[in-house]
Amino acid sequence: MVTRTSDGRLVRRPLSPHAGIYRWPITMVASILNRITAVALSVGSLLLVWWLVGAAEGPAAFAHVQSFVASPIGLLLLLGWTASLFYHLFAGLRHLAWDLGYGFAKPTLNPVSWAVLGLTVLATAGVWVAAYAEMGG
Amino acid sequence: MAPQKPERILVMRSQLGRARGLGAAHAGAEHWWAERVTALALVPLTVWFVISVLSLLGADQPVVAAWAGRPLNAALLLALVGITFHHTQLGLQVVYEDYIDSITLRHALVLATKGLCLLLALTAAVAVIKMSITLPGAVPGAPVH
Repeated sequence: MVTRTSDGRLVRRPLSPHAGIYRWPITMVASILNRITAVALSVGSLLLVWWLVGAAEGPAAFAHVQSFVASPIGLLLLLGWTASLFYHLFAGLRHLAWDLGYGFAKPTLNPVSWAVLGLTVLATAGVWVAAYAEMGG
Repeated sequence: MAPQKPERILVMRSQLGRARGLGAAHAGAEHWWAERVTALALVPLTVWFVISVLSLLGADQPVVAAWAGRPLNAALLLALVGITFHHTQLGLQVVYEDYIDSITLRHALVLATKGLCLLLALTAAVAVIKMSITLPGAVPGAPVH
């Protein structure tokens, strides 16, 4: 970057690299994922309302909801919804721990970020395996 | 003659308040606190809901409606939708405040979101209440006249 010194001479100064060139630390990924899953769940909450309204309205309306959920797009949305729910749940618990003052130590930040991701994968897989088994495999 | 009123009042604070430099409402933490309290409540409610849905998998409408209509389930569902949408609108407001520069657009989105969340919560609540109120002797899920 070219600027002027205090006596007016032009000088080339070093410029710190733009944020875009850094490799994302896992803490940054964990942080933004919490917000992304939050927004996804906000949209996904429509499914909860639709499911309840369908159940309240009667067999035809409920069958309509069920057929959408069982469709390829419905299943994909439900998978994203489940993963988002578990991520936001575990990351939310982490936030509550932070609010109590725990978990800020440097050595714990990275492992806990990975643990939140790992728990999300495990819980999501667990629910879907259980669902698959219950539906008769 | 009284001083002329401006076309639009831009600062709705008293001159004394401005001069003193005060004006905090002494109430800034409610939003932050409500977000945490609703989050805490949603932990057990969400776990309960996921387990319940798993147990209802593939069930027909009368079974689901009868399940949702049982008093404890209905109460938990009402708590779930009420607290979920309260938490949702609190959280989305922060997202707007972080990323949207235009005050007009930000306020419009916040208000629209709050309104939509209220309507969705009410719709879900009415559905749950409908399933929980059946006439004496009525078969759950059967048409009520």
